[in-house]
Amino acid sequence: MSILVNKDTQVIVQGITGREGAFHTEAMMKAGTKVVAGVTPGKGGQTMLGVPVYDTVKEATKHHRVDASIIFVPAPAAADAALEAAHAGVPLVVLITEGIPTLDMVKAVAEIKAMQNVRLIGGNCPGLITPEECKLGIMPASVFKKGRVGLISRSGTVTYETAKALSDAGYGISTCIGIGGDPIIGTTFKDLLPLFNEDPETHAVVLCGEIGGSDEEDAAAYVKEHMKKPVVGFIGGRSAPKGKKMGHAGAIIMGSVGTPESKLAAFAEANIPVADTIDDIVELVRAKLG
Amino acid sequence: MNLHEYQAKEILAKYGIPVPPGKIAFTADEAKQIASEYGDLVVIKAQVHTGGRGKAGGVKLARTPEEAREKAAQILGLNINGFITKKVLVAKGLHIAKEYYAGMILDRVSQRVVLMLSKEGGVDIEEVAAARPHALIKYPIDPHKGLRPFEARELVKRAGMEGNLNKLADVLVKLYQAYVGIDASTAEINPLVITDSGEVVAADAKIVLDDNALYRHPDLTPLREFEAEHPLEVEASNYGFSYVKLDGNIGVIGNGAGLVMYTLDLVQRCGGKAANFLDIGGGAKADIVYNALKVVLKDPDVKGVFINIFGGITRADEVAKGVIRALDEGLLTKPVAMRVAGTAEEEAKALLKGRPVYMYPTSVEAAKAIISMTGGTK
Repeated sequence: MSILVNKDTQVIVQGITGREGAFHTEAMMKAGTKVVAGVTPGKGGQTMLGVPVYDTVKEATKHHRVDASIIFVPAPAAADAALEAAHAGVPLVVLITEGIPTLDMVKAVAEIKAMQNVRLIGGNCPGLITPEECKLGIMPASVFKKGRVGLISRSGTVTYETAKALSDAGYGISTCIGIGGDPIIGTTFKDLLPLFNEDPETHAVVLCGEIGGSDEEDAAAYVKEHMKKPVVGFIGGRSAPKGKKMGHAGAIIMGSVGTPESKLAAFAEANIPVADTIDDIVELVRAKLG
Repeated sequence: MNLHEYQAKEILAKYGIPVPPGKIAFTADEAKQIASEYGDLVVIKAQVHTGGRGKAGGVKLARTPEEAREKAAQILGLNINGFITKKVLVAKGLHIAKEYYAGMILDRVSQRVVLMLSKEGGVDIEEVAAARPHALIKYPIDPHKGLRPFEARELVKRAGMEGNLNKLADVLVKLYQAYVGIDASTAEINPLVITDSGEVVAADAKIVLDDNALYRHPDLTPLREFEAEHPLEVEASNYGFSYVKLDGNIGVIGNGAGLVMYTLDLVQRCGGKAANFLDIGGGAKADIVYNALKVVLKDPDVKGVFINIFGGITRADEVAKGVIRALDEGLLTKPVAMRVAGTAEEEAKALLKGRPVYMYPTSVEAAKAIISMTGGTK
């Protein structure tokens, strides 16, 4: 078991004929992902990496069972691509694209959240992976070993390091989700915690948060009230100065919102131990799982 | 991207929000000339990309053109939070009856643009929010409906604002139209003034634009002022790096914003201070790493460099090649501590073998080493 994706998940790639789209489609296929089709408007009828390309997501869903779509469309058209997938009835939409205009995301997220049965992950995210079954993202699959820790993160490279450390230590990953570094994203920590809570193969959850916003605080409130499994936390950007955007558009401290102090206090309140280094994450998981 | 007050007011005026007449002066004589055109009380305001202008002496009233010249001479060249004042706005003075606050920001919790409204304007709104949260109304705007006039009127009433209800509501509706029209991330009017004669005027304005959406506003792109930014930040952005100048002495280069932030945290935890944040992004090739080193080493504060790479799509051997090129060209005049892991880690180590670059197996060890090589903890 795992959450959101597994070995049976059938995937389409929006933007499959672009440089990024083609590169990562090949990598996903190598990792075992069942890519069944691609979509690029105006390139319908072509074949790419052995799968058919359609003009629209609707055409793809007519010919295939589509469980998820992953989007590599350039930023100006990315939010529209996500809406296209949602309206075609694709239940899981993963938006990898970076640099999407914020107000495009405000509209798209509002519209998609109002729909039932569609989950948007990202944008500006590395995607998700259930190791050795389905990679729906751009992470290096080699560092993820199948296992029993659920991992949710706002960052890319920190996620990969954490996954590698947990895999090397023998715990492995049930499912890992990079939710994205932008201020407006489709899925936050607290949306995913209930799924891990119900997944029998996830024995513990690691939350890799960072400065900015209050998603970590919301997650801590959920953990305190509902979580049946141990949770370990991490906060990146603890040394960052106020008001400076640290790479991720969402990693910025505005006034008293988004500070590491607020996040650490919320984690402490929910009895979530916080790791100071990535190696410490493993030690804290070990303390919980033995 | 930050706009100056005068640029923000030009935009608001374009959307139909009343602003006081004003012009930009680069010299004291120009300020005098503008003041004599208005022939009345003027306010002279430093145009710098920082807050706290008033407290720093960057905003002054003048009753005569000669006084305007003197006051402008005092403000021009003034250093406000590290920003040198190069131009002033000379605006017609207002006869103020009331000062309110109206602002719009992107709120991550509601995932909407939120209108903030207070009858306590003309002061730091964050202080109002902290001291008297009830004095600040927050209203998330439906992105598909926008802010309708009836909503704006209800909000003006709720905030307890006095003055012409329709004019006040109209400013809010137009502020939202402007916000969406230019893809702002922040748009504030503080104070929103009611004059003695009952006019509603935006006496000061602050606009921050969403960098991601600048491509669809070619008319706004030229408003970016490179001289107002740190020169190294400008150079780094020309290379496509995400770079932030910080106040320590250890240059930091890494791949991925999260990993770079983590590296800065580690440097601080181990007792050092980072000189910068630099993310080379995903899939960087040797020349990108070389350029990153060039930018970081241009900073005179930098006493040593910490390169922290987790190879995923980025190959560690490409990073090593970039470092070797910098070495061969004599660029590496300061100690370099490196930690590489992941894709092509062994190839990278082989390439760097015997080279004067210090390699460490973990981030923590590399952080400790570069701190001791650059003068130890402070």
